[in-house]
Amino acid sequence: MFRKIALTASALAISASAAMAAGGHAELTDYAFAHEGPFGKFDQFQLQRGLQVYTEVCAACHGLKYVPIRTLSDEGGPQLPEDQVRAYATQFTVTDEETGEDREGKPTDHFPVSGMEGAPDLSMMAKARAGFHGPYGTGLSQLFNGMGGPEYIYSILTHYEENPECAPDGIDGFYYNTSFPNGGVPDSCKDEHGVSTVPGSWIAMPPPLADDQVTYADGTAATVSQMSADVSSFLMWAAEPKLMGRKEAGFKAVVFLIILGSLLYLTNKRIWAGVKGKKVA
Amino acid sequence: MAGIPHDHYEPKSSAEKWLHKRLPIAGLLYDTIMIPTPKNLNWMWIWGIILTFCLALQIVTGIILVMHYTPHVDYAFASVEHIMRNVNGGYMIRYLHMNGASLFFVAVYLHIFRGLYYGSYKAPREVTWIVGMLIYLLMMGTAFMGYVLPWGQMSFWGATVITGLFGAIPGIGPSIQTWLLGGPAVDNATLNRFFSLHYLLPFVIAGLVAVHIWAFHTTGNNNPTGVDVRRTSKEEAAKDTVPFWPYYVIKDLFALAVILAVFFAIVGFMPNYLGHPDNYIEANPLATPAHIVPEWYFLPFYAILRAFTADVWVVIAAEWITFGIVDAKFFGVLAMFGAIAVMALAPWLDTSSVRSGRYRPMFKWWFALLVVDFIVLMWVGAMPAEEPYATISLIASAYWFAYFLVILPLLGVIEKPLPQPATIEDDFNAHYGAKAHPAE
Repeated sequence: MFRKIALTASALAISASAAMAAGGHAELTDYAFAHEGPFGKFDQFQLQRGLQVYTEVCAACHGLKYVPIRTLSDEGGPQLPEDQVRAYATQFTVTDEETGEDREGKPTDHFPVSGMEGAPDLSMMAKARAGFHGPYGTGLSQLFNGMGGPEYIYSILTHYEENPECAPDGIDGFYYNTSFPNGGVPDSCKDEHGVSTVPGSWIAMPPPLADDQVTYADGTAATVSQMSADVSSFLMWAAEPKLMGRKEAGFKAVVFLIILGSLLYLTNKRIWAGVKGKKVA
Repeated sequence: MAGIPHDHYEPKSSAEKWLHKRLPIAGLLYDTIMIPTPKNLNWMWIWGIILTFCLALQIVTGIILVMHYTPHVDYAFASVEHIMRNVNGGYMIRYLHMNGASLFFVAVYLHIFRGLYYGSYKAPREVTWIVGMLIYLLMMGTAFMGYVLPWGQMSFWGATVITGLFGAIPGIGPSIQTWLLGGPAVDNATLNRFFSLHYLLPFVIAGLVAVHIWAFHTTGNNNPTGVDVRRTSKEEAAKDTVPFWPYYVIKDLFALAVILAVFFAIVGFMPNYLGHPDNYIEANPLATPAHIVPEWYFLPFYAILRAFTADVWVVIAAEWITFGIVDAKFFGVLAMFGAIAVMALAPWLDTSSVRSGRYRPMFKWWFALLVVDFIVLMWVGAMPAEEPYATISLIASAYWFAYFLVILPLLGVIEKPLPQPATIEDDFNAHYGAKAHPAE
């Protein structure tokens, strides 16, 4: 059973990456996002810039099928004014569920699904690439440095490199990315145990961003790094739109429990004092 | 109810007398809440209340989640996202339920190991122990089926692997597996029956919890000395005990508040830390994840399951003796369930007449090693099935069985226990000093 599954897994990895086994370690950049830490909040303007990058670049191939367009005006998100959200929705053509006819998008619709086969939906990407078994393996980086899905997305977008010396021609139709852990690696870049000697692996997505690819309305310089950070932050919001509400609820609960716990501690001490008598050394 | 002599409920008003004659429910509640409890219980005795709280938390949050969840392969994943995005406070309810399972298992493991150290499983508390083990088994079943419901990648592939274990039973295995799944593979029928059972089993657990409490209220609580409460008279019993209310209710509530502060910090600030990120990818029967890893609380037994591969001599011997009926796969399944079975048999495997590990100088070390062993098993359970992890898990699994089957029976014979205090009162006074003349 287990061996069979392991075999299927490696078979899939091989077929998916042009007869190359899965790659080795990946380089990740620990970007300091505004939303990190117990008190971190989304930067509303960064989310708006990220939405712009998503709309003008990512949306060509990728979808956001779990995200309702109306949530763009929600508190704790990009907080676009409602008329802007209505205008934004009209760019999509939606097949109406009730009439079965095509119509202009409305805020109550969801973002479209991925338009290109093989391009994953991005709704949950920032959560599906983070955690205990995330890019860094143990989850300790996530715990202490707040490393997670947004860092992964940021790193993928900024870590396209020239093919390494061991494989100057790379893999046809794939692009070398030092942060992508799950792609193929040419045999010439492996040691005698089949372990990759280069960071990252080859990815099917061409480098999507170039400097000044979008023009930000707020005048922010649209460097690859800036756009990557903006869209990573936006995708974190897309995956966890209630992040700020959750942290606030958690904080209130902890404060309340500390107060309640202190009172119970004193009560407990007083109740037991009669039973315990005086403590001897 | 309890065997310890104490004051019982006396109906006073005529209304109380009227009800008491017809349904002595007030008396039952009074005796339960006022049960004489050894006054020397330490902080390891808080986990029972934590566990009761966990059960209530899971049932309450679960019932709310069911109102918004759709048990169908096409809609399950999306309905969980609907809960996370559109339902008022849905993200907190779901994260509480998800992390509540982890808190439940942290507490149950500490509760079990407390019982193992202080000999809580020994006569006359064998029934309490066995019922507790049944609760633990049901918890694992419930947690496993609950993990399938969000219909993510780990849900699907975890279900495939675990139900595959039943397929390893010789002869009838494949039929059992098909029967469990409701078809040849994990599909809509599987999701529906898991949903149904995930809703049912917590209430079975609640019933068993009542039996568990009934059982140890009959025998009285164990305590860190393992020495029995004196029962010859009410006065003597009162020297060893305090009533559960208010002494332990307040103490346990204090502990609960502290633990919940940590719990809510995790739920609020890092709710996905203990989960597997792949479960945020919708189940896809055509794409197997690179590593299929169960939730952390299954890892020790998952490690035991994987430890016995075809090249281990006991496995080869078992296969030879049974004419190939017990192959490596089936041996692994037997070992996993056996690991829990030997723990359940601890009351009869432990030959020592001394209950508490506190007065057992050799036992202490073997027990400490068992705790380390459990942590090591949890760690190797998360590692890929390759060297050196395969050897480590084999050694760790062997120790788990050796502890229960060899060390516990032997220690009782060769160990010379330390002197125990004559009474609980003596132990308590040694710590806190007696009030010189309680009567004055």
